[in-house]
Amino acid sequence: MIGHEIQTAAYLFASILFILSLGGLSSQETAKRGVLYGIVGMIIALLATVLGQTAEGHVYILIAVAIASVIGVALSRKVEMTSMPQLIAILHSFVGLAAVLVGFGSYLDHLDPNTPTLTGASANILLVEVYVGIFIGALTFTGSIIAWGKLDGKIMSKALIYPGRHLINIILILVTIVVGVLFTNADGTEGMMYLYIMTGIGSFIGIMMVMAIGGGDMPVVVSMLNSYSGWAAAAAGFMLGNDLLIVTGALVGSSGAILSIHMSKAMNRKFINVILGGFGTAGGSTKAIEGEITTINHDEAAEILKEAKSIIIVPGYGMAVAKAQYPIHDMVQTLRKAGKDVKFAIHPVAGRLPGHMNVLLAEAKVPYDIVMEMDEVNPDLPTTDVVIVVGANDVVNPGAEDDPGSSIYGMPVIKAWEAGRVIVMKRSLSSGYSGEDNPLFYRENTEMLLGDAKDSVDKLLTYLKS
Amino acid sequence: MKVGIPVETSPEELRVAATPKTVKRLQKQGFDVYIQSSAGVRANFSDNEFEAAGAKIVSSAAEIYGDSDIVLKVKEPTLEEVDMMRSGLVLLSHLWPDQNMEVLQKLADKGVNAIAMDAVPRISRAQKMDVRSSMANVAGYRSVIEASYHYGRFLNGQITAAGKVDPAKFLVIGAGVAGLAAIGAANSLGAIVRAFDTRKEVAEQIESMGATFLTVDLDEDGATASGYSKEMSKEFIEAEMKLFLEQAKEVDIIITTAQIPGRPAPKLILDYHVAAMKPGSVIVDLAASTGGNCELTRDGEIYTTDNGVTIVGKLDQLPNQASQLYGNNLCHFLDDMGKAENFKIDMEDDVVSRSMVTYEGKINWPQKPLQVSPSAGGGAAKTAGPTPEELKAIEQAKAKKSAISTIIGLGVVGVLLLLIGKFAPEESDFLQHMTVFVLAVFVGWQIITNVTHALHTPLMSVTNAISGIIVVGGLLQTTNDFGNPITIIAFVAILLATINIVGGFLVTHRMLNMFKK
Repeated sequence: MIGHEIQTAAYLFASILFILSLGGLSSQETAKRGVLYGIVGMIIALLATVLGQTAEGHVYILIAVAIASVIGVALSRKVEMTSMPQLIAILHSFVGLAAVLVGFGSYLDHLDPNTPTLTGASANILLVEVYVGIFIGALTFTGSIIAWGKLDGKIMSKALIYPGRHLINIILILVTIVVGVLFTNADGTEGMMYLYIMTGIGSFIGIMMVMAIGGGDMPVVVSMLNSYSGWAAAAAGFMLGNDLLIVTGALVGSSGAILSIHMSKAMNRKFINVILGGFGTAGGSTKAIEGEITTINHDEAAEILKEAKSIIIVPGYGMAVAKAQYPIHDMVQTLRKAGKDVKFAIHPVAGRLPGHMNVLLAEAKVPYDIVMEMDEVNPDLPTTDVVIVVGANDVVNPGAEDDPGSSIYGMPVIKAWEAGRVIVMKRSLSSGYSGEDNPLFYRENTEMLLGDAKDSVDKLLTYLKS
Repeated sequence: MKVGIPVETSPEELRVAATPKTVKRLQKQGFDVYIQSSAGVRANFSDNEFEAAGAKIVSSAAEIYGDSDIVLKVKEPTLEEVDMMRSGLVLLSHLWPDQNMEVLQKLADKGVNAIAMDAVPRISRAQKMDVRSSMANVAGYRSVIEASYHYGRFLNGQITAAGKVDPAKFLVIGAGVAGLAAIGAANSLGAIVRAFDTRKEVAEQIESMGATFLTVDLDEDGATASGYSKEMSKEFIEAEMKLFLEQAKEVDIIITTAQIPGRPAPKLILDYHVAAMKPGSVIVDLAASTGGNCELTRDGEIYTTDNGVTIVGKLDQLPNQASQLYGNNLCHFLDDMGKAENFKIDMEDDVVSRSMVTYEGKINWPQKPLQVSPSAGGGAAKTAGPTPEELKAIEQAKAKKSAISTIIGLGVVGVLLLLIGKFAPEESDFLQHMTVFVLAVFVGWQIITNVTHALHTPLMSVTNAISGIIVVGGLLQTTNDFGNPITIIAFVAILLATINIVGGFLVTHRMLNMFKK
């Protein structure tokens, strides 16, 4: 048993460790240390809670933790890097659900005649906190489940748009507020009903919100849900009067928010538009594309690579789908052995998760110092001999620079077309997520290498080695 | 459809209109390819290679001209060759219609639909069929090699134990495709290259190839809408001549590439320029066939003047590769005309109608000019982008706007906090928690802003693990009584949150282990 003061001190220490943990993640060198800080902070926080004077039911806690640990270890071992987005989404849903449960628990605790009950304004504040906490939790829970389903291909990734959805959302939120007022004034167990209604509405909003968002906008959604899971934790902290939860929740919440804003900027969208969904359905480019598409064979592409001195590879979601990162790594090794300068260029929103491409390349053992960000690479492109685009489309679309009619106009892109030659590996000649035709494919220095990315890279490799 | 390739009859013409590679390509387009025996010998392509590529070997030119639907040729046909052609034949060849009106008339009389590859308009869509560019590229490169051979010294500068060698100095006149190719070749051999062109717009291209752009102090631009340069005023030419004289005294090698379509080449290097050059210097005149840029050039000859300057008026064609490039141009043209299956002479098509110099018995030449040069309308290009002043104004407006929205935002936050302070009950810790919350949000904001893109996924999974801190809620709510619904709810909450913590940290760890230098 430890005293309340010690517990508070331990919480403070844990908060510091969490801050250091997130700070550590800012660079490759300190990242592992960051994780360690996080783990230590978590252990301290848990021990301080469990050993506190108010804690009860240690046996049940131990059982729950034991079961969860087994599941957690299994999940983290088993997951493939290509399914990281799904894992992250499902983990978000757990936090959301936990927040809902903690909210209900708090309310039941408040109703329990055996525990000291708050009265007056304080009680009202608690009820509002519970109400808001459950609402955010429910929204996070269902939203994450839908995001998981979309990422896993269980739900069609196309944006579901229905007329008047903004109106419906506004009405639902007004209803939630009205129910909230009824809830705070309710007597006894009557409030439970209002909580159920609100949980239902929150869940519905969560579902509809993510349903309205299309596959390519997933990086924004996942980071947004990341942010929500933090706010849910912070709300739980308010209802429990626990500063550790508040601080940690706020950290996670703002970190997720920053990521979402980063992602939106990288797509040149207003954050609010992405959340409201339904983007990219109107307009479209009216500018006619000049030139025509030329395709090449694998042996011709290999010849181009053999002659090149500097090569930049731009991977996209197509690489993840085809699991082409392993043969690409082999190819890069072969090319580097031949004395060529090979680099990767990653667009911030490539893939379905912020930083997804980096993780996939790291998994294939591509050294991280040749994996560059868009801004680092763009100035080098005019002096680069060959750019290979693997399964990326919108992130290399020149229309974003010079076609004001394009729906992605203004989005920062990797200027692949400035290089001497561009080889685009693509399954077919269809357009990207945004639905915009890509003028890059029509450029004179662009050659299309059609087919499955993994297959194509394998073939290229054979020709390169021969 | 049958495509035929005859032997080039001119002894100076070493190229051939198809190579084994383009024969394969033509077959892919659906054509049957017939080639006259030994057509490729001078470009180092044997009959066997053509046969292996799928072409049928034909012994006489008469068969080619008589039986084919399409004939591919390099040099304009002689009148005898035209005699052998059948009516309705489509001929793709160099024709130089301005110089060969007689041949053109005969082609029209015979009912041959002749496409002059040299008349393909210089628009971006047609670049892949532009034989003038592809051939000029070859000539530009070759001119440097030729010059180097006759110059007989190092081109690059060297500092050796035995002493220092100065680099050769080139002057390239005319920065079209040939000129730029020459600049590139000379530059990569280590020579010092200067280049002159009347069109100011090419200065950037010249510099990008590694040469110094020379110009005269007169504000006159030689750019025209056709992509070629125009003839300049008297003052300009005088200044130009003065510049060339200064350069002639200094440089070792002059390569001239100036041509005006349909007219004799302008005379740029006059006898006194040649006289001013050092013995051993070289002039390569790529305009020799249209009269030469140098007064003393003799077409088809290489000779040395009395003061020891070698003037090159004929150039090896690098027939093997030149044939390949030319053949590719032809393939692209046929591709554009619809390949074998949908082959069609579409007079609505700009490229076809402009290069189709005889069509259904009529001569279709000369053509009206077509706007092509991308930067000829320099004025329009200039007005497209905002001026620096406008940019500055936009910046200022942006800064002002963001300052205003910051002030409004802060005001709103202030009012909200004031309201909370007013209505929050005294006995509650709410305000204290609010303080902690707001400060934590700012801390989070500050630390995350610096995270590198590469670590966004690990960051998300670690924040995932950390947000599992909600487990504390469950831990606090558990009671000793498992029958209590609160305990059951708390139990599930703990379960879920712990999966998050354990799974999140472990998967982050796993990911970070993969990141290796």
